Amino acid sequence: MAAAVPAARWARAAAAALLLGCCGAVLAGGIQDQAEQFFKSGHTNNWAVLVCTSRFWFNYRHVANTLSVYRSVKRLGIPDSHIVLMLADDMACNPRNPKPATVFSHKNMELNVYGDDVEVDYRSYEVTVENFLRVLTGRIPPSTPRSKRLLSDDRSNILIYMTGHGGNGFLKFQDSEEITNVELADAFEQMWQKRRYNELLFIIDTCQGASMYERFYSPNIIALASSQVGEDSLSHQPDLGIGVHLMDRYTFYMLEFLEEVHPASQTNMNDLFQVCPKSLCVSTPGHRTDLFQRDPQNVLITDFFGSVRKVEIMTETVSLDRNLTGFESDPILPEFIWLPSGPRAASSPRRWWHHGLTVVLKQPLPALLGCQRMHWQQNH
Amino acid sequence: MDAVATGAGNNSLPCPGQAQRDGLCLHSTAQKQQHQPTPPLGRTSTATPEAGAIGRQDRKRKWVGGAGGHAGGGAGAAAGSGAGAGDDAGRAAGGAAAAASARGGRGRRLPVPHAVGRRPAAGGSVDKAWKELSNILSGIFCASLNFIDSTNTVTPTASFKPLGVANGTDHRLLRYAVLPREVVCTENLTPWKKLLPCGSKAGLAVLLKAERLFHSSYHSQAVHIRPICRDASCLAVSWELRQTLTVVFDSFTSGQGKKDWSLFKMFSRTLTDACPLASESKVYVDISPKNKEKQLLEVTPTPTSVHEAIVQGDKTTYAVYDLLSPVLFNTSRSLNVQLKWKRPEDSSELSTPIMHAQRYVSGYGLQTGEISTLIYNTHPYRAFPVILLETVPWYLRLYVHTLTIITKGKENKPSYMHYQPAQDRKRPHLLEMLIQLPANSATKITIQFERALLKWTEYPPDPNHGFYVSSSVLSALVPSVIAMKDVNVEESPLFTSLFPSSDGSSYFLRLYTEPLLVNLPTPDFSMPYNVICLTCTVVAVCYGSFYNLLTRTFHVEEPSRGGLAKRLANVIRRLRGVPPI
Repeated sequence: MAAAVPAARWARAAAAALLLGCCGAVLAGGIQDQAEQFFKSGHTNNWAVLVCTSRFWFNYRHVANTLSVYRSVKRLGIPDSHIVLMLADDMACNPRNPKPATVFSHKNMELNVYGDDVEVDYRSYEVTVENFLRVLTGRIPPSTPRSKRLLSDDRSNILIYMTGHGGNGFLKFQDSEEITNVELADAFEQMWQKRRYNELLFIIDTCQGASMYERFYSPNIIALASSQVGEDSLSHQPDLGIGVHLMDRYTFYMLEFLEEVHPASQTNMNDLFQVCPKSLCVSTPGHRTDLFQRDPQNVLITDFFGSVRKVEIMTETVSLDRNLTGFESDPILPEFIWLPSGPRAASSPRRWWHHGLTVVLKQPLPALLGCQRMHWQQNH
Repeated sequence: MDAVATGAGNNSLPCPGQAQRDGLCLHSTAQKQQHQPTPPLGRTSTATPEAGAIGRQDRKRKWVGGAGGHAGGGAGAAAGSGAGAGDDAGRAAGGAAAAASARGGRGRRLPVPHAVGRRPAAGGSVDKAWKELSNILSGIFCASLNFIDSTNTVTPTASFKPLGVANGTDHRLLRYAVLPREVVCTENLTPWKKLLPCGSKAGLAVLLKAERLFHSSYHSQAVHIRPICRDASCLAVSWELRQTLTVVFDSFTSGQGKKDWSLFKMFSRTLTDACPLASESKVYVDISPKNKEKQLLEVTPTPTSVHEAIVQGDKTTYAVYDLLSPVLFNTSRSLNVQLKWKRPEDSSELSTPIMHAQRYVSGYGLQTGEISTLIYNTHPYRAFPVILLETVPWYLRLYVHTLTIITKGKENKPSYMHYQPAQDRKRPHLLEMLIQLPANSATKITIQFERALLKWTEYPPDPNHGFYVSSSVLSALVPSVIAMKDVNVEESPLFTSLFPSSDGSSYFLRLYTEPLLVNLPTPDFSMPYNVICLTCTVVAVCYGSFYNLLTRTFHVEEPSRGGLAKRLANVIRRLRGVPPI
C-alpha cells in the first residue's frame, strides 16, 4: 500500500546505501591497506656492501660471485652511490684473461657480469679487514670520498655479501689476514648501537660459512651461508677457454633465482632459503633467523636486494618559495607537496614501482633523509 | 669553491653525472689569479701514428655560468688538461688542479695512474691538499689513488711547468706521484664517461664500450685541467677540462691480416648522431700520403672536408667528418667510417720517431741490480737537450756514485742535475738531469742499486709478484722539420698543443718509459706456521720423553701368570674348589 511502498523503497534504498557504504569502506580500507603496506618493513633506503676477499687468478670465481650479486642488486634498483663494492683482485683486465673487460658467470660466456658501467669502490690492496670494518662501523678517515662510505642510517636495510676462502670461524682476506666471526659479530653490534641499520641481510659463500654467523647477537639480522661447519662450498663449473672455475654453486643458483626477480615481485625470504638444495649445491646451505623480528615469510626479496623510496603523504600545504624552478602545479590534486629545488634540479623524472603504485619523482632523493615530502602523481 | 660566473652569482653548477654521485662536481675557482696546474702528458714513443689513426674531437659547449669547460675527447695529439677535483663537502680544496691520467697496456704493463697537482697556498697545506686531492680522485675514478702518500710523491724542479695562463713557477708547490701497480679497467672508464655531458648515450662516446676498448694493445685515459683566457682580451680566466682516451687497436692481427679497418669492426657499433650539447663533433681520419705518391688508401663515406695540420713536426692530412653537418646523415642513419688500402700491403716501415727511449733492469740475485735507460735521438743533424726525471722507491738504494751517462762511447756530463736522496719509509729518490743528446745517437744512463729488506708487515699480500718502479719521464723540445704555427683553440681544439712553443722550430714532447719490476728479498711467509709445528713437535717429543724419564718409577714385575690355557684351567679349578696351579 501507499505507506508500504515508500517503506519498501526506503528499505531498498537503505540496503543499497548500506551496500555502497560497505563497498566504500572496503575500498577505502583497500587503499588504506595499500598505503599501509608502504610502511610495513620500516626501511626507507637500501645499501649493499659486497666483498670479494680473494686474490690471484685462480680465485676468479669469487670475483664472479660478487659481481653477479652486484649486477642483480643494480638491476633491482640500488644505485651505485649506495653500493660499496670491494674486489680484492682484478680479473677483468688481468693479463691472463682471454677476453679483457669481461667476467663471466657461466661457461659458453653467456653472461658478462662485469658489465659496462661497473664502479668498484675498494679494489686490489685496499680490500683489507681494517677497511672492511671501517666501512661497516663508519670509523673512516675524514678524507675518504663519499663513494667509499657506508652512509646508512637507522632506516636502512643493508645487504652484506661476502665470498672468498674461509674456515671454521674465519674468513681469509687476500691470503694474508683473516677476519673472525667474533670480530664480525662485534662490528654488527657496533652498527646496531650506532643505529646504522634497520635490518641486515648477511650472505656468505665460503667453506664452512655457517660458522661466520654463529656469533651474531645483534637484533634484526638474517644470515645465510652456503655450507655448514665441516662442509666445503664447491665451485660450479670450469670454463676451458678461460681455464678456471667461473662461479661457486651457491651463488650460481642464487643468481639464477635473482634473475627471475623484478622490482615489483613478491618473492619472499623463504624462497631464498630454498634456492640451493643439497642435490644441487652438494653442501648444505644454512640460515639463521632467530635474531630477526619479522617472519621471513613476510620479508620480500626486494626489501634487501632492491631499492625503496618511501613516500609520506602529508595533508598540510607548504608555501612555495618564489624561486622554485622546474616544477609545475598539478591542477588535479588540490593539496600538493613540493620539494624545494636545489642545485640538482636538472634531472629527469624517475619512476619506481612499489606494490603496484607508480610514483613519479621529479628529483633524485638524497640518501640520508628518511621520509621526504615530495610531489607525487598517481598513475594507474 | 666558487663557480666562475658571468654575473649571475649563481654558485651552483649543474653537475654532469650527478645522478650517481653526490657532490662530485667540477668546480672552478677564480677568486685569485693562482698558480696553475701542470698536467703531465704526452705520448710514449711506442705509439706511432700509422695511417688510419683516428683523431676525434668532441667539443662541448661552455657550461652555465661561464665556467669554460671544453671537453675534448681526442686520441693521439697533445692531450689536454684538467682534473675533476670534485669536493663533496664544499671545502676549498682550492685551485688544486691535477692531471690524472691512467694508461694500461694489454701485452705490456705500461704506466699507471699518476697525478700532478699544484696548490697556491704555502708549505704544509700543500701536502694536506695533495692528500685530499688524491683521496677525492680515488673516489671519482674508482682507482686506488689514495695510496699516494709521501713515499711515492716527489717535487720535481725542472720537468714540469705550469700550463695555461700561468703566473709563477715556484716548483716547491708542485707534487708528482705515480702508482705503477694500478690497473686500468672498466671501472675507471665509467666515471670518465660520466664526466662527458652526454655521457655515453649520444655523440662520439657511444663508441666507447669497454669490451672493445680493453681488447687492445694500449689503452690510456687522461683528465686534464688548466686555466685559460676566457676570451681574446684575457680579462678573466676559465678552467678548461680536457679528457683524452688513447687506444691502439691491433687490427692487423685481429682483422685477418689486413690493415683495413672500419668503425664497426673496431667498436662493434657506428655513429648515429652528435651529442646535442656539443658545439663541435668531428671525426678526423689520418689520410696522409706516404712517399708523396698518389693515394694508397680510400676512406668511405666521403668526408665533409679535408684538414691539414702539422702534428709533431710532420705534415698530416685529415679527412674530417662533421657530425653536425646535415649532409652526413642524408643517405643513411649511421656513419661507419671505413678505410681500405688500394694495394695489398707492402712491407713499408713505420718511421721511427725522432726521440724514443727504453728502460730495463739488469743484474742477478736479490742483492744488487742496475737500472739502465737508453735514449735515442734519430734526427740526422740536430742535437737537443732532454730532461730526465727518475723516481725510484726508497727500498732500492741507489748508488749515485755509479751513475754513468755514455753517448757514442764517451762520457756525457749533464748540464743540470738535481738529486734528492731517499729517506727510508718517508720519501723516494728523485733524480733530474738535463742531458744533451747529440744528433743520431743513443745515450745510455746507468745507475746501480741495492735492494733493501722490508719489515715483514710492509710486504703486500703477493710479495713474490715483485715491486714496481715507476716510469721515468723525458721532456724535450724536439726540433721539427716543418715550422709549427700556433693553432687557435677555438678553431681546432684537437690540434692545439698544451705546450705552445715560442718559435715554430720545435715541439714539446714528453715520453714515459716502461715501469720496471724488481724482486726484493722476500721472507717465507709460511715460516711461522712451520716453526710452530716444528717447535711443538720437538717440545712434545723431547720434553715429554725427558719428563717421563725423570718422573716414571720402575717396579719389578711379577712373573706372568701363564698363558691362556693355564688361566682357563685355574678358573675351572677354582670352580671345583681346588687350589690353583
